[in-house]
Amino acid sequence: MNWKIWSLKKSPWVFHVNTGACNNCDIEIVNLLTPKFDVERFGIKLVGSPRHADALLVTGGVTAQAAPRLREVYRQTPRPCVVFCIGACACDTGIFRSGYHIVGPVDKVIKEIDPNAIIAYVPGCPPKPEAMISGIVKALSVI
Amino acid sequence: MIEPLQNLFWILIFPGFLFTVVFGLIASWIVRKVSALVQWRVGPPLLQPFYDVVKLMGKEILVPQEAQKIIFMSAPLVGLAGVLLLSTMLWRITIAPETLFVGDIIVAIYLMVLPSLALILGSSASASPHAAIGTSREMKLVMSYELSLVLAFIVVIIKSDGQLNLATIAKQAPVFSISGLLAFLVSLLCVQAKLGFVPFDIAEAETELGSGVLMEYSGGLLAVWKVVQAMMLVALPMFLVMVFLGGFGTTGLPLVWGICKYVLILVLIILIKNTNPRVRIDQAMKFFWVYCGIALALAVVLAIIGNNFGISWL
Repeated sequence: MNWKIWSLKKSPWVFHVNTGACNNCDIEIVNLLTPKFDVERFGIKLVGSPRHADALLVTGGVTAQAAPRLREVYRQTPRPCVVFCIGACACDTGIFRSGYHIVGPVDKVIKEIDPNAIIAYVPGCPPKPEAMISGIVKALSVI
Repeated sequence: MIEPLQNLFWILIFPGFLFTVVFGLIASWIVRKVSALVQWRVGPPLLQPFYDVVKLMGKEILVPQEAQKIIFMSAPLVGLAGVLLLSTMLWRITIAPETLFVGDIIVAIYLMVLPSLALILGSSASASPHAAIGTSREMKLVMSYELSLVLAFIVVIIKSDGQLNLATIAKQAPVFSISGLLAFLVSLLCVQAKLGFVPFDIAEAETELGSGVLMEYSGGLLAVWKVVQAMMLVALPMFLVMVFLGGFGTTGLPLVWGICKYVLILVLIILIKNTNPRVRIDQAMKFFWVYCGIALALAVVLAIIGNNFGISWL
């Protein structure tokens, strides 16, 4: 196995992007860092800058205001990186599908600037922390 | 022919780069593990800091478009050079005390400032507004703790009859006196600020600046900064052990005792880190200049009196 991918699996640092979520998924993401789940066991760390990140945790269907920001954050993340769509809205815009302010789901916005982006989906409203850990493990085992 | 090779071996492998990096990464694992235990978590595995550095080495290096590229890319190497020289010097003096030169404590004080200066240089060259705020905070922080740190070492120099070489200073333990204890406590807090740990992590400020000074660094350059921080975690507590607590031995029981002193300082630093909220920059400046300044002025007076009248406990 490539040493870059091997070490990426050992310490994925994540950056949290909210593109118009109702804050429900965000609370569940913060829940991952609490003593009950403690994802630092797997080397997962929440970082403050997209330049340090290996994975973007995107929550919420992408609004017209957030779309250019999401693209900019994705461009600022060094490769190799993985995009996680956390929650029903980020995966498929959910109940906001016909909203006037929605540009589209996260994967559509990201693929406009990088067709080869690695995108993983964790559906749920909000997804349970267990589901997120399972999603991250599955995504990292296929790359 | 042999001597240059031997010097190169000292700098790159045994007491120098490789040894200090491995030691430092293990120390940074201890910091993360103990923090996790204090917060009732399990914490990362032993090799986690190694995985982090290897991963960062394999990532893409992004340089901001408007950055001063040469300064931005060379600043981490300047910091690395400073801390590498410092740690090699400290280990060499411990292993072979006859290699000392007069005034090496002053050289060590200069080398300790170098990583902070490199950090200021690199982040101000990155053309990012967040990093600019971080830079100004780091600059003010350096100005506030540097005075207290030098005053604390002056207390030690007075107590050792004006000796300026570390090997001689390391033979005694000034911490067993009132002035030495005051100086030790203040310099422990200064080391906390130098390492950028919590009550004084004003420049890195994850919550509002998004890791501030390091914000624009990615990939290999960030890995170099992580290695510099890990090496500082070895060099600075070790310097405190040598100056205040009577230094390391090289064989048997004195060596174990020296390691115990190092671990004691490390655990004190971690506990201060985990039990305090972050202070504002003006609070930090007031703390170091007013309160620590007064305590150290008192310590200097006590040390001079104690030295002149031969009272060793003052």
